[in-house]
Amino acid sequence: MSRQPERQQPPPVMRVALRYAKRGRARFASHRDFARAFERALRRAEVPMAFSSGFSPHPRISYYNAAPTGAASEAEYLTLALAREVDVVELVARLNDALPDGFEITAWSLDSPLVLKGQQETEVDGASRWRIEFTPMGPNLDTAISVLLATSSYLVRREAKNRDVDVRERLARLELTAPGVLEMTIKTSSPLVRPDDVLNALAEIAGESYTARITRLAQGHLRDDELVELF
Amino acid sequence: MTPLIDRLEPLLAQVSKPVQYVGGEVNSVSKPFDSVDVHWALLYPDTYAVGQPNQGLAILYEVLNELDWVVAERTFTIWPDLAALLREHGLPQFTWESHLPVKDFDVLGVSFATELGYTNLLETLDLAGIELRSRDRGDADPLVIAGGHAAFNPEPVADFLDAVILGDGEEAVVEVSKRIRQWKAEGRPDGREGLLERLAADGLAYVPQFYDVAYDPQTKAISAVTPNGPNVPARVPKHTLEHLDDWPYPKHPIVPLGETIHERYSVEIFRGCTRGCRFCQAGMITRPVRERSLPVIQQMVETGLAATGLDEVGLLSLSSADHTQIGEIAKTLADQYAESQVSLSLPSTRVDAFNLDLAHELNRGGRRSGLTFAPEGGSDRMRAVINKMVGAEDLLRTVSTAFSQGWRSVKLYFMCGLPTETDDDLLAIADLAARVIATGRQVTGSRDIHCTLSIGGFVPKPHTSFQWAAQASAEMIDHRLQVLKEAIIADRRYGRAINLRYGKGSTGIIEGLLARGDRRLGAVIEAVWRDGGVFDGWIEHFSYDRWQQAAAAVLTPLGLSVDWYTTRERPRAEVLPWAHLDAGLDLDWLWADYQAAINAEEVDDCRWAGCNDCGVCPGFDVDIELAGVPR
Ligand code: SF4
Repeated sequence: MSRQPERQQPPPVMRVALRYAKRGRARFASHRDFARAFERALRRAEVPMAFSSGFSPHPRISYYNAAPTGAASEAEYLTLALAREVDVVELVARLNDALPDGFEITAWSLDSPLVLKGQQETEVDGASRWRIEFTPMGPNLDTAISVLLATSSYLVRREAKNRDVDVRERLARLELTAPGVLEMTIKTSSPLVRPDDVLNALAEIAGESYTARITRLAQGHLRDDELVELF
Repeated sequence: MTPLIDRLEPLLAQVSKPVQYVGGEVNSVSKPFDSVDVHWALLYPDTYAVGQPNQGLAILYEVLNELDWVVAERTFTIWPDLAALLREHGLPQFTWESHLPVKDFDVLGVSFATELGYTNLLETLDLAGIELRSRDRGDADPLVIAGGHAAFNPEPVADFLDAVILGDGEEAVVEVSKRIRQWKAEGRPDGREGLLERLAADGLAYVPQFYDVAYDPQTKAISAVTPNGPNVPARVPKHTLEHLDDWPYPKHPIVPLGETIHERYSVEIFRGCTRGCRFCQAGMITRPVRERSLPVIQQMVETGLAATGLDEVGLLSLSSADHTQIGEIAKTLADQYAESQVSLSLPSTRVDAFNLDLAHELNRGGRRSGLTFAPEGGSDRMRAVINKMVGAEDLLRTVSTAFSQGWRSVKLYFMCGLPTETDDDLLAIADLAARVIATGRQVTGSRDIHCTLSIGGFVPKPHTSFQWAAQASAEMIDHRLQVLKEAIIADRRYGRAINLRYGKGSTGIIEGLLARGDRRLGAVIEAVWRDGGVFDGWIEHFSYDRWQQAAAAVLTPLGLSVDWYTTRERPRAEVLPWAHLDAGLDLDWLWADYQAAINAEEVDDCRWAGCNDCGVCPGFDVDIELAGVPR
């Protein structure tokens, strides 16, 4: 490798936060897959992206808490920096034309804390609501839910990381809303507890194994045990 | 016809990299199945990550889908985790666009870039529910048609193929589609056989079952290959596209959603290569050189980037720096994209200063990849044998310039096991690398200089000057690499700055067996696949022992062996398994070139120095086409 010129980029003139959905088969895309697809969609839609300075400039996009690969989502968020003022309504329309099947921008904001404050502060009291559709559900699930809710702490082993996470502590809500459909609200804090961890806990208590379709319904903050969406 | 996706989706949740199977990518095409007359499933016999970026597949996909009466969908070999689940749940091989069973298509078109994809063909056929052997298939089964470089000797897989297209596929796939449509419209006269006859008639396609192969009981070699039907040509010619500018494909290639091995928009800036490197099959079978002109290249880059949103452009060919207008192409594109974040790359391993200038031009934007040169042979003598016309001094002068311009490491490609090679030729590689480091340290005054040596085992290929040559045994390759490794370790001044990369000799032997094999190897391939052999191009899946055992079981009773196919030098008079397949190269010319190689005599590139009479141009009534020269 040789020395290369460092590129100085002008600062962004505008920042917009976007909420997007990941549906159907697109749920199998990993966060990296989406990031690549999104950048390409930006280029196809000729969006004036702002770039970072440095040896290899990259578009200034920050992603917020991506849902795991395999989970669908109605509530993913990102913040995009632009090099020019644009009409956001038009920007969103063009991006939605350019995005691959299964991805859709569903809301935008110019004054969300995501734009004004940055992510760290936004994450305080953060939480997500998830829907779990069992295929099929086991006979002991109901009881397992009651057992889990009755405890104040329930540890699940993370084999890969070789440590325990407390699933119960992060659960703000866990409720069957229809036969075979479970909704849960999980608080966001490190180490992140994922719906899979909760399912593993339930499976362990119930002595059953589950397959399920997972969808993030909303992402935001807990205010008096209610989830208030980011925007 | 019901798409399989609903039954497939729950299984995808259980496998590795499920995103590769979902399809629906930007620029993928789907048409209502019944709205078209001819249905192609295009198979690249490897994973999505490897196959999706394939340029040939991207071109044929667009050429076929532009016809409103044809649909082409893609399919790839399914990784063992999902394959097991499909079998367990009774689901077949599917296409990526509509997730329909491959068996419902008219044609399964297979692109063979390498011989190591053969077991994956069997795996895919089996998963699709298609009979492995051509002769067992019925009228409702798809035609299995192969193409790609390895298909220039399809004999080892001849039993599994219905037809083979040699050479450039653009025009041929359209013609094949027309004949299928016509045959269907007429009510499928004479069934499958009738259709195959139409494809074979004027040499449009090679239909293996219309040729009988006889063997000499004494020598075990082929004694004759004879057409067994009327209207079947004795030799099947390759297809040669005349004007690349008339075929500006791919215009809007599929943008993969999952990760693949190359993520760039590629334009072929010319096809063919006449440098005459004697080991290079790609160079020999794609003659003559046909260049694309700058305006067309520019147009393709512009539309390609706009249609894909990719930010890297690859200017492809077998030796991109050799385009007669490459300087202008590089400058024009570099100017045009100077203010954007688009990076340009030009795969070229030519050892000269001009190549460095090009690298500078293309990397103006800031990003710069490593420098790679391919001297291929370690000693001047070895390079004369393979007709790689570059001297040690040229190489050192070039790296010296590179180091003085700021590069700190270079990568050098070499081959091991070349004809006439001795241990000394390998030691010459170590010596050359040491001189590269010494030059770098001297020019820069820095000790932070590195050289990576990447050594590949040489495999003699059909339709090259070395098609008769004895391949070096796996033991010989391993021994020579050991000699080289020890020499580098023993070099206390420079050895630590040299990084040696190589594989084992055994993979090359199986590749060599399949590359120059004949129809008797079909049973070996099938036995390997039945024993669980798939994804032979992947180190974690390739099993040398499995291949050796299957080969011994099949070949020993016939009085043959792996060595007979690989490490034996073949006499001039032997009928080679691909003798009835015409790449245009004159056999006498190839033999003379082989003899010249052994005597370390070089030949010039016909693009610059005049025709060498290899036979291709007059044979197919084509000509070299250079971008600056009017037609
Ligand atoms: S026939 Fe002559 S000009 Fe044509 S490719 Fe062969 S050597 Fe070159």
